[in-house]
Amino acid sequence: MIPHKKVYMYGGYNTISLGTGRKEFNPKKARPGIEHYLKEAGQGVLKQIGGAKNVDDGVIGNFMAARFNNQANLPGFLPMIDEGLSMKYGTSVEGACGSGGLSLQTGIRNILAGSDVTLSLGMEVQNTVKAIYGADILAGAGWYQKRKAGHAYFFPGQFSDRAGAYFAKYDRERARKGMSMWYHNAILNARLDPTAQEYHNATPNPYETCMAMEPNGRVFVENLNFLDCSKVSDGASGIAICSEEGLKKIGVNKSDAVEVVSFVQSVRDITKDPTDLTELEAIKYAANKALEEAGISVHQLATAEVHDCFSIAGILSVEALGLAKPGEGCDYVYEGNTARDGVMPINTSGGLIGWGHPTGGTGVHQAVTIWQQLTKTAGDYQVNIPGDRPYGMTINMGGDDVTISAIVYKRG
Amino acid sequence: MKYEERLQNVTVLGAAGKMGSGILLLTAVEMADLSLQTENKDKTFVLNAVDVSDEALHGLMGYLRVQVRKVAEKKTVALRAMYADRADLIENYHIIDEYIFDVMNIVRPVNSMEVAYNSNIIFEAIKEDPALKVKIFKQINENSKVEPWFFTNTSSIPITELDEKADLNGNVVGFHFYNPPAVQRLVELIRAKNTKDEVNDFALAYAKKLRKIIVPSNDIAGFIGNGHFMRDALHGMLEAEKMVDDFGGYVNSVYAINKVTQDFLVRPMGIFQLIDYVGVEVCSYIMSVMNPNLDNEDLHSTLLDIMIEQGITGGQYSSGAQKDGFLKYEKGRPVAIWDINSKKYVDIAGFSADVDTKLGALPASMKPWKAVNFSKKKDVSLEAIFTEMNGMDTKAAQIAKVYNKRSNEIGHLLVDSGVAANDADVNTVMLTGFFHAYGPINNYLK
Repeated sequence: MIPHKKVYMYGGYNTISLGTGRKEFNPKKARPGIEHYLKEAGQGVLKQIGGAKNVDDGVIGNFMAARFNNQANLPGFLPMIDEGLSMKYGTSVEGACGSGGLSLQTGIRNILAGSDVTLSLGMEVQNTVKAIYGADILAGAGWYQKRKAGHAYFFPGQFSDRAGAYFAKYDRERARKGMSMWYHNAILNARLDPTAQEYHNATPNPYETCMAMEPNGRVFVENLNFLDCSKVSDGASGIAICSEEGLKKIGVNKSDAVEVVSFVQSVRDITKDPTDLTELEAIKYAANKALEEAGISVHQLATAEVHDCFSIAGILSVEALGLAKPGEGCDYVYEGNTARDGVMPINTSGGLIGWGHPTGGTGVHQAVTIWQQLTKTAGDYQVNIPGDRPYGMTINMGGDDVTISAIVYKRG
Repeated sequence: MKYEERLQNVTVLGAAGKMGSGILLLTAVEMADLSLQTENKDKTFVLNAVDVSDEALHGLMGYLRVQVRKVAEKKTVALRAMYADRADLIENYHIIDEYIFDVMNIVRPVNSMEVAYNSNIIFEAIKEDPALKVKIFKQINENSKVEPWFFTNTSSIPITELDEKADLNGNVVGFHFYNPPAVQRLVELIRAKNTKDEVNDFALAYAKKLRKIIVPSNDIAGFIGNGHFMRDALHGMLEAEKMVDDFGGYVNSVYAINKVTQDFLVRPMGIFQLIDYVGVEVCSYIMSVMNPNLDNEDLHSTLLDIMIEQGITGGQYSSGAQKDGFLKYEKGRPVAIWDINSKKYVDIAGFSADVDTKLGALPASMKPWKAVNFSKKKDVSLEAIFTEMNGMDTKAAQIAKVYNKRSNEIGHLLVDSGVAANDADVNTVMLTGFFHAYGPINNYLK
């Protein structure tokens, strides 16, 4: 959709993405819960926008707090963030790993419905269970009827099948090179963002390390190694979504905000298998629709955030965006085009593999990164934003190409 | 009788002990895996966990539940295939919980031995007491309704002696796990003079299924593992007693030898800590079992006698925590040393600096055991460390050289006396059973 009035985003905030890889992570010690993450991310935004008095409503994107944390009814946590949100409109949205994207979409719709400032949050705290049980919970992003036949590590299994189909249709060696380069870029970018889960990663050559790690179906999945996968993360992100009036209310210049140029949310039937495992059909549809509605070509993007829950999903997203032909996304990545100094820097703060993937928070984290990049406030991970390519894009995916949010932004 | 038939009824004696509980866990998992195979689904598998203490059996079941969960979590990929026909088991946790039940459901904790009369296989992990073992084997063998095979976990008693005294007719084999059995991959397999081929074959098949590394050892008291360790420990104790004056006192000397054997010889723990780990009393007992079988050698330590007389036994609590022995431990780290003269623990901090100075500096290339042993460039590190140490003439370097020479001699003795078939077997036992970074038969120190 093209907004019928101006919608902006401003004041993004990320907690750290906590999990294996972070020095402060110790699986044997107690860790902060959902309250901590919601508070930190929520208050982090409120501080930048003059406090809760300026906020009309709030929305929390979350996937599975009901199972990871035994907690439902998440809107009730908005007033906990700041009592100024008490008795105001609040809701929560769920679309698996696309929940954060739904939080943004809902926030945008709130503004179009007449609100001036919406607090959009996304949060997940997943280290409460071991990975083997977390896999059960995350499998809820697929169709439950398929769980029995699925892999112990259900989603890695799904995307391993996609990688396997890609290997068979194109070329395993080229694909593995592209996937390993994807991991390499993710780590290099994450090292520049102190909140990233892989910020402390000191692997001398991530590309070589990933290439050397052959997938082993006996202990994990057939076609992906551990480095091809995003990790288990605890984290939250938040951003304020505002009307033009809203920006005035919080005293922020348009140029310090990003404007939503177009926003598309589309879903694919969860009960149906993908038509072609080597294509992300719903992402292709949503991303191209968003670009079309924005009236731009993909090459006018300065940078993009794509949903690389697995390296193969990154490669397929590059193809879905039309940056490379089917079967050539791996080469496009291998040749360095998506690196931070490449023609199309993607996932500049590390993406899901590098920054982390607190599932319900990821969509909002993507928006925060794009806001930072386009307003040139990304600090150490700032990439060049060419004057003739002022656009940015986020693509957030729930499940196996099921619940998709695609948003095009430009500096306000 | 086929492999899985023989494993349909098994007894573990001493099941709640440190070794017995590990053997029980491994066997229960193996039996459960067999029971889940399509062709075995109508068969019943029984594993008797026999121990004298009800309290310990109570603890055993708790241990088992925790450990089986760990096992299940590691092999969930395979378990999903094993339970593919169970439509009611959908999520990993359903499957893991069911597997835990299926393993636990095989185990019968019991404090009387009569249940063993129905068992085809008897795993024995009771006290290292030859007379007691013989008595129990005899009782089971005479009352058994089948012809049972005995797998003894003895680490020192000749199997032939057990076979003959208990009239087992060759239905016995030494199957010596290392502590803890669930983790350590080494098993020493010891055939008695008359051990039947089929017993030995079964032992090999079973070890293979458990993914153990088998090293055959000849039936000579102590076998390879204790054959080396007991002599090595005795050497360490004699050295410490000899050097009391050099280091200015008994505790200083014990500290010095323990430090050299750990830090300078790149071992996982010092020799006195290892004696404590195994148990002061246990070491003494093993020596006393081995000694009568040895020619031209007196494997006996008066220092161990004194320690036991003073009530200092080492060993471990049922929680796995280290009991105090030669050394006193806080959070698993040595903090004091037992003084046999004053009969008190003396804090290490009070004298360690002085002894360290006397010992001299570590080689510059030195790395701790953990860093060396798990490195891909282990050989390069060891070469560098020992080459440097060869050129050093500090007190510590001298002790280390003598120590390594003795370890080397013990290794050769084990081969020459026919305990081990070759040098490689001796080294494998020390590398895998004792986690040494290098075998006793080496050319590192001159």
